[in-house]
Amino acid sequence: MENLKPVDVAIVGGGWTGLMMAKEITTRTGLTVAVLERGIPRKTSDYALDMDELDYAVRLRMMQNIAEETITHRHSMRDSAVPVRQYGSFLPGSGVGGAGEHWNGASWRFLPSMFTMRTHLTEKHGAARLPENLAVQDWGVTYEDLEPHYWRAEQMMGVSGKAGNVNGKIIDGGNPFEGARKNEYPLPPLKKSHLSVLFEEGARKLGYHPHPAPAANLSETYKNPDGITRPGCAYCGYCERFGCMIGAKSQPSNTLLPVLQRRKNFELRTGCWVRRIVHKDGKATGVQYIDAQGRETFQPASVVVLATFTLNNVRLLYLSKIGTPYDAAGGKGTLGKNLTHQVEGNTRVFFDKPLNAFMGTGGLAMRVSDFDGDHGLNGSEGLLRMGMIGVLSNGSRPIGTFDAMPRGSAKTNWGSDWKGAALKWRDRNAMIALSGEHLSYRQNFMDLDPAYTDKFGDPLLRFTLDWTDHEHRQSEYAKEIAQKIAPEMGAVLAEPLGGRAPYNVINYQSTHIQGGTVMGLSPESSVVNRYQQHWDMKNMWVLGASCIPQNASHNPTLTILATTTWAADALIERYLKHPGGLA
Amino acid sequence: MKRPSMIRREFLTLPRQAVGGLLLYTLAGEPFRISAQQDGSVRVPLRFFTEAEARVVFAACERVFPSDANGPGATEAAVVIYIDRQLAGPYGRDKYRYTKGPFVESRPEHGYQGKETPREIYRQGIRELGDGFATLPVEAQIQKLTAIEKSRFFQMLRTHTIEGMFADPMHGGNAGLIGWQLIGYPGPVMTYRAEIDKHYGAPYRPKPASLEQIAGRKPVAWEDEKA
Repeated sequence: MENLKPVDVAIVGGGWTGLMMAKEITTRTGLTVAVLERGIPRKTSDYALDMDELDYAVRLRMMQNIAEETITHRHSMRDSAVPVRQYGSFLPGSGVGGAGEHWNGASWRFLPSMFTMRTHLTEKHGAARLPENLAVQDWGVTYEDLEPHYWRAEQMMGVSGKAGNVNGKIIDGGNPFEGARKNEYPLPPLKKSHLSVLFEEGARKLGYHPHPAPAANLSETYKNPDGITRPGCAYCGYCERFGCMIGAKSQPSNTLLPVLQRRKNFELRTGCWVRRIVHKDGKATGVQYIDAQGRETFQPASVVVLATFTLNNVRLLYLSKIGTPYDAAGGKGTLGKNLTHQVEGNTRVFFDKPLNAFMGTGGLAMRVSDFDGDHGLNGSEGLLRMGMIGVLSNGSRPIGTFDAMPRGSAKTNWGSDWKGAALKWRDRNAMIALSGEHLSYRQNFMDLDPAYTDKFGDPLLRFTLDWTDHEHRQSEYAKEIAQKIAPEMGAVLAEPLGGRAPYNVINYQSTHIQGGTVMGLSPESSVVNRYQQHWDMKNMWVLGASCIPQNASHNPTLTILATTTWAADALIERYLKHPGGLA
Repeated sequence: MKRPSMIRREFLTLPRQAVGGLLLYTLAGEPFRISAQQDGSVRVPLRFFTEAEARVVFAACERVFPSDANGPGATEAAVVIYIDRQLAGPYGRDKYRYTKGPFVESRPEHGYQGKETPREIYRQGIRELGDGFATLPVEAQIQKLTAIEKSRFFQMLRTHTIEGMFADPMHGGNAGLIGWQLIGYPGPVMTYRAEIDKHYGAPYRPKPASLEQIAGRKPVAWEDEKA
């Protein structure tokens, strides 16, 4: 084992949260920071030739190599788990920037009620009426605490959007149901696709409040407070699963990295696969990793920041034996609890005119939030929480979308009839989709698998996860609403997709896997405190979506950036001055 | 010194209708010479299949995505060449799939849990269709494929046929951009900034171009990269 010279801060993971924390520390202090990223280096010019659907969207070139490490899944504790052998219901990214390179760019704030969910639901329904297995909890940090941090993240990325609530004043054209913002978005909304306009007009006829989704795809040339200038989006339709070749989609590699590369106290090491957080007497002493040349390496550090994707944050704590594993049967312990994904409910709509849907960009969506959170629920729906409904114009590519057609159009899914129907409906179909909250439950959690291992022989992370009646009902309710919107937007046919099926690991849903190291108000209920400092190991911070106790209807990126600068403020302004537990 | 003549090389002879833009787009850079035959057909060097195997796959792809009154199909797009290259590359060897045991059957929601690689699945599937498949009457071919349409092999063949129709021609299929012409897909156009909010309700169909044509330099397909 090679022992390296100590650094002040070792950060595991070079994605959004790791690089954001590195930027805050190296800008505001003289401390030395080493970021350890197991993937490859990335920069904007790497993406000049990546507009290839097969390699990137089908073969998933930017994702972690699942041959080296995956997860296992079972639906309940009664089952035995099997590995997810190919992606997948979610797509963890690899390389500098992580999933922040291949994302779409949706940049929502969470609803204020997300942060105080236990209190909110108890006040609304009474404790006795909440399901016994409901595991939602308060984060310990509120929307009001995070508002300035949301604004910092929006400015850093250059979010394009339309505010619906500025200091309590409701603004037409924005989302009237959002938490109060102090400022309008840094950039105006993106241009509208034909599909966006159809949905907007249809939803408005029903009295709903359609609004453009806030997007980290720049609507215009933008210079951020760090002095980084990037061009407006080209609407080429190659965002999701691709890196942006012109840097118009905000990615860690085109926003944070250019700033960090100017810092003398910053070092980024790629190809470094961290296998353990090393600790002694309740204190992290550094990280152990295999470097790009295959050498066992120990990097001593005074502070360790765990900033990988949800899966690896949880797994590294398990493998390093830090914290108390969650025991679902007894309800005790915290590490691994509150695993959530996202709830879907899709309706395919067909039109008699083409949509030219190959044009678009990752964050180009039109949504209604009239059913988001628990707005608009009157109790008769059998729902505690719901989500957003809308359409996405992120660029339809030919392989992925070829054979969408009404059911019964052809007897088989191959041959002449099938080909004819596919060509007939080509570019004349779209999805009205639910992006739904996923409540956390006691029976959904992560731990280590007893049978399957990664390329080093370490146990894989195991998911125990299934949908409950509530999620099925969310899905169904979304489809009922879509049936109303579809004819108003001129659709000739609307077909609800899917039924009450168990969780499946095959079909892509979203990469919003969350929980496992949740934040909260006490060591009995959470892995990290409200500043994302580990309860048991005061010189360790855990960042990102693993800290989210229940899944929002909104994409998590903006929120994990906001919680990261919130955590960075606490680390820099309080912990470094007086090392110890922050309360 | 290496003597290329010592390497046994299998070729597939593609009929005249498949030749279209094949030489222009698909086989540029191929180290083995493509030889045009007197009848207008071409002999294409294979990377994975034997000639007999390629004939079976060629015929099966044509049944999945036939050339018919609605336009060209797998034959014109040279889908078989696409599949041959995918199987010869890392995908065919399952380099990007978790392949550690134990292998156990599970519920459908867990997807394919088997041990066999795409190469092995193809070899087995082709064997079951039999060498004579390529020369059977169309109706008999359809019948044979219908009998195996639930198999892993057929599902792969179907998926790969769609990929070979519509992937960028750098991967060996979509010859002459015929797949993109068929569906009106313009290819990876760099910008629609001036177009995205126009053409509402009317078809906008710029002439298709490949990534190489648009970028002005040659992209390297993943399957062609040095390991």
